[in-house]
Amino acid sequence: MSTHVASVRLLLTIFVMLLALTATTVAVAYFDFGRVNIVVALSIAAFKSALVVLYFMHVRYGSRLTWVFAGAGFLWLVLLLVFTFGDYLSRPWESVTAW
Amino acid sequence: MPEPHGALAQQFEDLEQQHESATLGMWLFLITEIMFFGGLFAAYAVYRSTHPEAWHNGSRHLDVVMGGINTAVLISSSLTMALAVRAAQLSKKTALLANLALTIAFGAVFLGIKAIEYHHKLEAGLVPGRFFTYVGPDLDHLQLFFLFYFIMTGMHAFHMVVGLVVLAVLVVMTLKGRLLGDFYKPVELTGLYWHFVDVVWIFLFPLLYLIGRHG
Repeated sequence: MSTHVASVRLLLTIFVMLLALTATTVAVAYFDFGRVNIVVALSIAAFKSALVVLYFMHVRYGSRLTWVFAGAGFLWLVLLLVFTFGDYLSRPWESVTAW
Repeated sequence: MPEPHGALAQQFEDLEQQHESATLGMWLFLITEIMFFGGLFAAYAVYRSTHPEAWHNGSRHLDVVMGGINTAVLISSSLTMALAVRAAQLSKKTALLANLALTIAFGAVFLGIKAIEYHHKLEAGLVPGRFFTYVGPDLDHLQLFFLFYFIMTGMHAFHMVVGLVVLAVLVVMTLKGRLLGDFYKPVELTGLYWHFVDVVWIFLFPLLYLIGRHG
């Protein structure tokens, strides 16, 4: 059988990294970086998600078609957000004061 | 012709093709889930951009300790879920049962803590609608923040309840001696769903609990 079996050591490593990143994102949230706070928070969340998707969800070892499917979900999410904000940010009569 | 095999359905060439089809089908479902939660996140982001003060203040009403503990609990449940998939692949029945049980336990703890948080919000008068008795500045938009809080965490919690039911079915199937070795796929597909729900929370936690901590 060609199924990939993840090693316990790898899964535990990912688990510890996820916990460490959670502690990090909580800690940095108490510092005021202005508009950078949200960027840091979302970057850490994106990195944590990538770890979960690649290793816990086995996409790292998946077929190319699996990559295409997972990537398509991400791509459509980006389209949704970009077009939504392309609309709202280009409305001069709506007061967008911050992200 | 490949050898006849109990786990192989007749429409597939071999187990590899069958497993890949199942994985792709699950990912297709997860894409619809990404779009579902994506719509909520997009709406959240639009109203946060127009009412940043209300979002900042609303976030400060949330309990970062409970939210943080719940994040750790959910990550732990993802670990035991991944270990359950591994146990199923390697035909380790006891390890599979133990890890499925642990995943269910962590999921139940998460929902329990969530229920306590909801109760605190109800007592503080922060549940939108006729229970919203909180007194402070800019109440309309604070209520809007809590509407997003309850709908987003509520839909997330609902997904967890569904996951717990599926996990309970897996426990019964394991007790009947199924899901081991070549028959592990249902465990893996449940794992994909469970990890996806974890990913949703990985974004919900900072966006709801942490955005108002500074300043």
